[in-house]
Amino acid sequence: MTVHTITVNVNGEDEIVEVPAHWTLLQMLRYRMGLVGTKNGCAGGECGACTVMLNGAPVNSCMVLGVECDGAKIITVEGLSHDGQLDPVQQAIMEAGGVQCGFCTPGVLISARALLDRTSKPTEAEIQEALVGNLCRCTGYVRIIEGIKQAAKLQKP
Amino acid sequence: MAMTDANKLPSPVGESKPRLDVLEKVTGAAIYTDDIQFGPGLLHARIKRSPHPHALIKGIDTSKAEQLPGVKVVVTGDDFPKRIGLYLVDKHIFARERVRFIGEPVAAVAAVTEDIAEKALDLIEVDYEALEAVFDPVYGASKEAPLIHPDLGDYDVPNFIFPQPGTNIANHFKVRRGDVENAWQDCDKIVEAEFYIPHVQHVPIEPHVAVAKFDTDGTVTLWAASQSPFAQRNLIAKSLGISESDMRVIAPFVGGGFGCKAGVTMEALPVAIASKVKGRPVKLLLTREEEFYTNFVRQALVIKLKMGCDAEGNLVALHNTMYWDGGASTEYGVNITRAGGYNSTGPYIFQNVHTDSLCVYTNHPIGGAYRGFGMSELHTGIEQCIDMLAEEIGMDKVEFRLKNCVKDGDIILTGMTMHPTGLSECIKKVAKAIDWGVKAKPSSPNKLRGKGLALMWKAPSMPPNAGSSAAVKFNEDGTITVGVGGQEIGQGTFTAMAQMVAGVMGIPYEWVRVRGPLDTRYSPYEWQTVASRLTWSMGNAVVAAATDARQQLLEVVAEHWEENPDDLDIKSGKIISYSSEREMSVKEVGIYGLPNENFEGWKGGPIVGRGKFMPTYVTNLDFETGQGERAVVHYTTGAQAFEIEIDKDTGKIEVINAASAFDVGKAINPELVKAQIEGGMVQGLSSAIYERMILEEGAMQNPSFVDYRIATSADIPTGHHIDIVEVPQDDGPWGARGIGEHPMVPSAAALANAIYDATGLRLEGPPFSSEKIYLAMLDAGLVD
Repeated sequence: MTVHTITVNVNGEDEIVEVPAHWTLLQMLRYRMGLVGTKNGCAGGECGACTVMLNGAPVNSCMVLGVECDGAKIITVEGLSHDGQLDPVQQAIMEAGGVQCGFCTPGVLISARALLDRTSKPTEAEIQEALVGNLCRCTGYVRIIEGIKQAAKLQKP
Repeated sequence: MAMTDANKLPSPVGESKPRLDVLEKVTGAAIYTDDIQFGPGLLHARIKRSPHPHALIKGIDTSKAEQLPGVKVVVTGDDFPKRIGLYLVDKHIFARERVRFIGEPVAAVAAVTEDIAEKALDLIEVDYEALEAVFDPVYGASKEAPLIHPDLGDYDVPNFIFPQPGTNIANHFKVRRGDVENAWQDCDKIVEAEFYIPHVQHVPIEPHVAVAKFDTDGTVTLWAASQSPFAQRNLIAKSLGISESDMRVIAPFVGGGFGCKAGVTMEALPVAIASKVKGRPVKLLLTREEEFYTNFVRQALVIKLKMGCDAEGNLVALHNTMYWDGGASTEYGVNITRAGGYNSTGPYIFQNVHTDSLCVYTNHPIGGAYRGFGMSELHTGIEQCIDMLAEEIGMDKVEFRLKNCVKDGDIILTGMTMHPTGLSECIKKVAKAIDWGVKAKPSSPNKLRGKGLALMWKAPSMPPNAGSSAAVKFNEDGTITVGVGGQEIGQGTFTAMAQMVAGVMGIPYEWVRVRGPLDTRYSPYEWQTVASRLTWSMGNAVVAAATDARQQLLEVVAEHWEENPDDLDIKSGKIISYSSEREMSVKEVGIYGLPNENFEGWKGGPIVGRGKFMPTYVTNLDFETGQGERAVVHYTTGAQAFEIEIDKDTGKIEVINAASAFDVGKAINPELVKAQIEGGMVQGLSSAIYERMILEEGAMQNPSFVDYRIATSADIPTGHHIDIVEVPQDDGPWGARGIGEHPMVPSAAALANAIYDATGLRLEGPPFSSEKIYLAMLDAGLVD
């Protein structure tokens, strides 16, 4: 089992990580770096619970190898808030009631952040499309979508 | 007995307070079982599973696997001789002598890495002799079918489950009321129909995971994604010959349950393995594929119905035969069958009822509890027949339902008297919201448009004496920690409990803490987080505990002030006297008590309020007739309706409008109630349109999210009108009843009725996929 040493910027901090060659980014985050906020729902790129931002784009971290992230910039759910200040997507989805069991929430928040980075005033259809890869079994999505609409309003232009 | 008054809600009861657990959940701080780190000593378990639906185990050779470097232990069924089971004790933790479904655990490996454990599985050699298998519950119930459990007569079973040794029938529940055979002649119209509701899977986004460790002092700890830490402790300890007090179950947040993390699903596996490798934690995390094909399922149902009404449209007789595809053994299946039986009329009154509800062993995955506990499946049949009969007799379907639905004081099918219920109001609300009776034009010529409606009822299905307990404790900072044993699975129960404590004690909501993980060593006992019973049952225990703590506070202060406790009250966290107009903060009293004058002694001390609740009035039902004074604690009722369009080119259903109304007795937190209704309705629609476990010769063909599709953000109705109806429950906290499961119960039936309204077609059963609808329209000549 080959182990690589890589440098990766996670949530604004440069980190040196030793990661087995066949490990996914999801495994690396959870079991090497203790960043367990990112969830493992299917390990097959189907449910979106493990969504993280990789160089500014949302990806299923179970579909990316850890070693591919040498030199990359990653943001996980733990990196969305700064100094106790929640990101507008966290604040708004929380207030809209878009959280029940919370297991899909980290991935949903990253997808929502990525959407609002792309477009500041998304339509309902754009929100629905941005969330299609994030399965949620509890909420029926209604309050998550409402939360993202509110987040767009909260956001500084 | 109620300590609460449904007409007097103390703030914040009845208010939509923010969830207690939400900040943790949006920051990634909330800890779920797989998030706990166990260090380098952790071993990883993998399970060798049966590839056969039904076979004898002729031999297992584990020697090669044991020799693989990194493997610490290999176990088989020989290591664990005792059976396990929630009601009918009919399983082994690992198969012994015989396998009964594809995916059944046969052996297991614990190794230093998952990869090594997986590799070792391939080195285990199992010699099988295939047996004839049963995949159809109707055939399975017949005398011709091969026996899946030849030892059925030897199994332990509680006195309300009726297995039939010498057959594959694990439970036979009967209702015999009136005289159905002679009642048909009183009927003006009779309809007959048969439906098939296929297997579906729960699909929580968090897969099952459990970690177990045996310590050298003989104690065992299980960390599990669990709705039922106490039931798991009880059942696993019994099966492995451990005393319950030596076993500890720690249950952090659960990433979705829907019933699949209740009872014992896979949690006994790592405990059994860990017993052979003492001192090392052993983790079993199911793959998504295993989550689909090895876990408990919502069992399939074949339902055969005959229903009649008189010329005035009064329901007269019902003949209902249900064959539940119970699977290889029966964790919950036998009790779902029972619930299906004692609810088998749906929320309607028939004077003549003949029901046979049969739990049939098959070589399919094991039937478990799934949100609704059999009621979705049952109502999918009943509510379509009600529609058919209304049409036959020429009555409006809403009028027909209003005329025949269960009302206060009615004697229902088991002989129980119905308590006050808001079902009629729910029907009217939903009909109004969906503009019932007004047929809108399709939005384009290639669409068909229709409306459909369905009712539901559901009682908590549980042993008669399922109990709850709670403790209310002070912290030094004056806040209060509430100890409960019911789990936060996303429904918001911790929040509702905090509201109740704040309301009873007269303190601000922000002072109350309800937090996990649940821990059987320290949390008060709770039977299980199932049956939509927590708001009601655990709520009663919490109210009692808060009332006790409040009384203790008042007595200390009354003594201090030399007043009568009855003259004191607590408002906004202050103890006040109506006689002397003195006041004092609750925070000054809870832990340290109060000093006497000049500090000559003290009074009081750390306050712990205690409370319990257990229904004491449920009676058994007669085996031959299903009759008894009180079958269940209560019924939550409701109605749901959809307006849909069907694309003639593709068969695709679009739900344009949805309406739901449920009688929750009293909404402790109205927004959380609405959130349950929204999520439940979408889960119901998902099961009705997309979901089905495709089982071929017992093998699931679609064990992935690609092939087993669930509703996504793009699949939800554009509008959903929700009404909360409140007819109080006499023994609920402020009148509250549960609402967790109910919102998905009528969904498939209401959709089926809408499809009929749009197309004139009735299909055998869900899922009402585009393909199925299109082909049915093609067959019927509706499209070219």
